[in-house]
Amino acid sequence: MKKSRVLTIAAAAVVSTIALAGCSSGSDGGSGSAEAASCEPSDGKVTLNFTTWVPNMDKVVALWNEENPDIQVKVSIVPNGNSGTYQNFFNQLQAGNAPDIGQVEYDTLPAFRVQDGLANIASCDGVSDAKADYADGLWNQVTFGEADSVYAIPQDSGPMALYYRKDLFEQAGLDVPTTWEQYAEDAVKIKELGGSITNFAKGDVNQFAGLVSQAGGQWFDTADGTWKVDMGDEASTKVADYWQDLISKNLVTTLPSFTDEWNNAYNTDQDWTWVSAVWGANTISSGAPDTSGKWAVAPMPQWKDGESASAAWGGSSNVVFKGSEHPAEASKFLVWLNTSTESLEALNKEANLYPASTTGADLPALTSGVEFYGDQAIYEDFAKAAENIQPFTWGPTMTQTYSDISDGFGAAASGDGTLLDALKSGQEKTVAAMKAQSITVE
Amino acid sequence: MSRTAAMVIMGAFTLYFLVPIFWLLVSSTKTLDNFNSSAALWFSPTSAQDFVGNVGRLFTYNDGIFPRWMLNSIVYATVAGALGTILSAMCGYALAKYRFWGREALFNIFLGGVLVPATALALPLFLIFSKVELTDTFWAVFLPSIVSPFGVYLSRIYAASSVPDEIVEAARIDGSSELRTFFTVAIRLMSPALVTVFLFQFVAIWNNFFLPLVMLRSQELFPVTLGLYTWNSNVSQYPELRTLVLVGALVSIVPLLVAFLSLQRFWRSGLGSGGLK
Repeated sequence: MKKSRVLTIAAAAVVSTIALAGCSSGSDGGSGSAEAASCEPSDGKVTLNFTTWVPNMDKVVALWNEENPDIQVKVSIVPNGNSGTYQNFFNQLQAGNAPDIGQVEYDTLPAFRVQDGLANIASCDGVSDAKADYADGLWNQVTFGEADSVYAIPQDSGPMALYYRKDLFEQAGLDVPTTWEQYAEDAVKIKELGGSITNFAKGDVNQFAGLVSQAGGQWFDTADGTWKVDMGDEASTKVADYWQDLISKNLVTTLPSFTDEWNNAYNTDQDWTWVSAVWGANTISSGAPDTSGKWAVAPMPQWKDGESASAAWGGSSNVVFKGSEHPAEASKFLVWLNTSTESLEALNKEANLYPASTTGADLPALTSGVEFYGDQAIYEDFAKAAENIQPFTWGPTMTQTYSDISDGFGAAASGDGTLLDALKSGQEKTVAAMKAQSITVE
Repeated sequence: MSRTAAMVIMGAFTLYFLVPIFWLLVSSTKTLDNFNSSAALWFSPTSAQDFVGNVGRLFTYNDGIFPRWMLNSIVYATVAGALGTILSAMCGYALAKYRFWGREALFNIFLGGVLVPATALALPLFLIFSKVELTDTFWAVFLPSIVSPFGVYLSRIYAASSVPDEIVEAARIDGSSELRTFFTVAIRLMSPALVTVFLFQFVAIWNNFFLPLVMLRSQELFPVTLGLYTWNSNVSQYPELRTLVLVGALVSIVPLLVAFLSLQRFWRSGLGSGGLK
């Protein structure tokens, strides 16, 4: 999801303050939460609080409330996670009045895990069966690879692919690039025609993390209990050098994404492609309405010809917060919300969510052609991309990491330093931030 | 400086302040398609009907949550603003007119309060309200809003200069109780300052954002600032919310304009009367 820089930084500052405060008081609860607690149903009628930012979630939940008089869910719709809601979750956990259920993006799950804010719902009824509904890589995001642990139920996902202007590529006599090498060659040709192949969003580290993960990079690793941070591995270096080259040669625009100028660049044929997630389909169709019918979707360009690696950008899950008195009922509701056809259909219709559950990919709305994309059934292409998402581990201080790297990216985009420098300094600051939170870093 | 130069500079600044408002006005008359494709600072041919459509959608979207937010803001701002003004007036009057031990120290503490940004207090307040289980209630936003150190400061200064001791004495001799003296005599003499305090309070509460963000999670309690922010935080994924945010922002400044225009008369006469003495 898009985030405003200023807010991200403010959020990072506040979160780290709270995290520091949280260390002292949280230490008593920090032990042994890996083993799944028993998950006994509560007696009598239960009301669950569910805090989310997904518009119209209340309408989807109304379907559940109608059929389950004993487990009523009360929905609160708040600003999105990085716009303050994550901070509030941390505050509420600290104060002991967190909601039962919350919306958390995959990249922020580790932050809550590290603060011991998530209930392990692995032993709750139906949770382990839900595993079958998800691709392994995605399920791994909610278990952190720990045995007997499930900390969230995946809701929506953001498989990435290449959006491109079919008409412009045809006019220019160019094929759709299938490799990054070809993409760079096309960039030169497009530049000669007065356009730009794409925009490198200097503030959007999420997208870049997706590109790195596609190349096989891993910024964080916690396999043996301690955190390792490596933003300068071979894959990251390769991706950073690649985009640095495009930026240095002025082959890409460097507008901040999701702004009016940015929309305008797409609406006026300036930018020709966008490597983005499934939810980006909506962003383009509403941001560049004049280009209707001229777009198409292809798999992401590959580093080696013939491969089919993809990555994820965005997507979120539902967690049960520690301290909830009704984990059994909450889990039951979450399994329904995120794997039942009834709910997935409603989520897709009301909130435009692309389901993380593989059963959801068969929804009629996701198998028919989309007019804006020349009647291509683009969601089927994204479903294929979803199967090839490369695994990627997120760090426990992502909000801060994003803002640190994004500072460096901004400088690099204006010719001051390089993307690789930004990654290096991002790594140093991330390690420092983790140490400041008493997280063991190797 | 010559008159022309002064006018040019003033004109430039006026423009600088008015252009964003004009932009907001223009933008709220556009559909999302027009917004992205037509000139940013001028109306489109269908502006009039699009504006009506936008306002209609604004007031009906999500079962009419926007009018609810407006109502919340109005209640928070007028009720808490008025109550806060009365409290400030009483406090300032007491500090100005009574001599008691620790008076200056107390006043200096209030003065110090002016320097503490409300944002810095939001988190501690959240933890306190959590203890008494008042978070996510009307009171969580209302109670902190009735506190105004600046109002106390202004009331004290104004009470000291505009409520003569002789009048208070005279009232006492006539047998009026202290409370009655305050509510029937002092408050009238202080009214120009109180209008100012009320306006400041009204605007501060209307614009208050961080406190509700931290305290509230039920949408039906949101003030309009937080509500619009909630929508705006989702614009990248749900672009159709953008027009709602724009029209909503325009509509949300209307009560502020009304408050200013209707109270301006009292305010100006107050500023003038201070100099007549």
